[in-house]
Amino acid sequence: MSTTTAPETPTRTKDKAKAIASDRTAAENRLGLKLVAPAVVLMLLVTAWPMIQALYLSLFRYRLTAPDDRAFVGVDNYLTILSDDQFWKSTLTTLLIMVVTVAVELVIGFAFAMVMHRIVFARGLMRTSILIPYGIITVVSAFAWQFAFSLNNGFVNAWFSWLPWIAEDTNWFGDYWHAMFAIMVSEIWKTTPFMALLLLAGLAQVSEDMLEAAKVDGATWWQRLTKVILPNMRAAIMVAVLFRALDAYRIFDNIFVMTKGAEGTQSISFLTYRQVIEQMQLGLGSAMSVLLFLSVLLLAWLIVKLFRVDLAQARGEG
Amino acid sequence: MAPLAALALASGLLSACGGDSGPPELTWYINPDSGGQDAVAEKCSTDDYTISTQVLPQDAGQQRIQLARRLAAKDPEIDLMSIDPPFTAEFADAGFLAEVPQDARSQLEEQGTFKGAMDAATWKDKLVVFPFWSNTQVLWYRKSFVEKAGIDMSKPVTWDQIIDAANENDAKVGVQANKYEGYVVWINALVEGAGGHILQDADAGVDADITISDDAGKKAAEIIEKLATSEAAPADLSVSNEGTAGSTFGSDAGSFLVNWTYIWTNYDETAPDVADDIGYTRYPQTVEGEESRPPYGGIGIGVSAYSDEKDLALEAAQCLVSPESQGINADLTGNMPASTDGYDYPKLKETFPEDLLQLFQESVDAAAPRTVTPYWSDVSGSIQNIWHPPRSVDTDTPEQSKVFIEDVLKGDDLL
Repeated sequence: MSTTTAPETPTRTKDKAKAIASDRTAAENRLGLKLVAPAVVLMLLVTAWPMIQALYLSLFRYRLTAPDDRAFVGVDNYLTILSDDQFWKSTLTTLLIMVVTVAVELVIGFAFAMVMHRIVFARGLMRTSILIPYGIITVVSAFAWQFAFSLNNGFVNAWFSWLPWIAEDTNWFGDYWHAMFAIMVSEIWKTTPFMALLLLAGLAQVSEDMLEAAKVDGATWWQRLTKVILPNMRAAIMVAVLFRALDAYRIFDNIFVMTKGAEGTQSISFLTYRQVIEQMQLGLGSAMSVLLFLSVLLLAWLIVKLFRVDLAQARGEG
Repeated sequence: MAPLAALALASGLLSACGGDSGPPELTWYINPDSGGQDAVAEKCSTDDYTISTQVLPQDAGQQRIQLARRLAAKDPEIDLMSIDPPFTAEFADAGFLAEVPQDARSQLEEQGTFKGAMDAATWKDKLVVFPFWSNTQVLWYRKSFVEKAGIDMSKPVTWDQIIDAANENDAKVGVQANKYEGYVVWINALVEGAGGHILQDADAGVDADITISDDAGKKAAEIIEKLATSEAAPADLSVSNEGTAGSTFGSDAGSFLVNWTYIWTNYDETAPDVADDIGYTRYPQTVEGEESRPPYGGIGIGVSAYSDEKDLALEAAQCLVSPESQGINADLTGNMPASTDGYDYPKLKETFPEDLLQLFQESVDAAAPRTVTPYWSDVSGSIQNIWHPPRSVDTDTPEQSKVFIEDVLKGDDLL
């Protein structure tokens, strides 16, 4: 059986738009520009300005508690960071968290989306309960899971000590893999509902007619899922992956609360925090922020290119 | 224009709350405690000013961050602040602190402020904070345990002895070894106890001489390695802090605990049978026969250089550190006074046995403060990076940490 996708609506090209632009639309466009101008200026003030300042500061050796020691060092800060193993170790840890959590969330999130989509009774209640974790602040979720995994008063050791690899006195924050597991569980628990929500929107776009037709043709449940539902949801899935991957790459709260970066669990954001906030190294820290920003951009570009995400289509602008 | 007008009105109202009516309000940023500093603030409020308190985070490192960020922005809302000794030099070096005036200095000397407390409060020959309380650690033990293990606690004991005793009797030794300042407190005490220092020549700033890799540092690493790899290590060793170590000590596996003075009253309400079973003695020796150097902790009260009411704040600080204030605070919190006169506060003698009060004073006298340097947070952070987790510590650790501290101080390595 071949893959079936809904025919794409032809996108309006620029030429076409120009051809039909009358005086009236031109005037409307001008008005539109004027109307968005204040917002654009405000955005520039609150986002572009700090970014430019970070770029500028990153060229200095500058420590908040030793302001007299400030000196221009060019790209030295970048060289220091890029030649440091901690930076690369943190990058690896961050990538590991991103890949594992997004993969797990995609699977569980899809299952949740199916439940939310198909459920007949108690629909509102079910949808709400699935979404609850997403409504909880990450720091709170991190503390809740830290207590759950805690050696002294957590329930995980007590409930699961029958498993061969969990003992009554397993210290979940005592080595890299255990700590990473705890961090990822908290991250997955908290953000799976978001993934489910994005996927639900995609599911809603899959035409019931196609599913009916596939059923009539004798397609099994598995065939309908892999040949009809998933291909038609591709855009939604890719947007969900993109959003979550970029979010996960910037993971901070869970690590801050659960391990404070101990046992090698620090992420790139956490390492940046340590330079800027703890060490008050504005220069080095700004350079790290710039690198973090660039790596997020690179990641976004890679995901868009690799998976050929069509953002316009996903927004329903097609 | 309406929102602007509303904003102007609101800010007018807010500023009205702060001042015009009644005496000026001095804001004192305090570390969390069980009400001692609040009581002292109330006692020291006069007709000229009232002192209100604002609570800082629990963790010493976080307290430093919050204060330093505000001070770097020249926040006039901070008048007084409770500062942990290792960060005093950094704040003073950055020009955040007003100098303690001569008459206040004389008062502090008259009331018998401990030398260690004065040293920790001094930066470049100037007194920059008012020593308020001075804490130290002693070795707490369970009387029933030492009886079972047959150890004579009337003589000084060594780390090797207590680890072996706990190991042989299926008990756990309580220490602080999470990745935080408290772990460096322990490491510093071990290094100093072996006659060494983490660093020397602190005046050289980033070029200070890092001496943690000397023999004393190696001895400290041996002890940590020995505990971490023995059965005497609590399961939560790598995340243990003052609180969790206290719980280990209070459990059936409790044997020995190094911890601050407030442990004495810690179990009175929650576990009276444990409270009856507590014994105490001098901090354990790193090297047999060499006098131990207990950790030094405490709080100094700093006056912000950016305060709008600097003179009043200096006057208030003088009252906050009076012997009586120190006594009231010690009675309520178990954080011991920074002066001999403070120890004379009558109620303290009801709460603490005479010999324990003596042990505290003797320990503060012998205590080894962490090196006074404006770069302490870098040094401490670097040590935490390399020495944590405790089970990874071996004889190479001191050398690795020396190299790493030097790189971090010179800005060649990320922390």
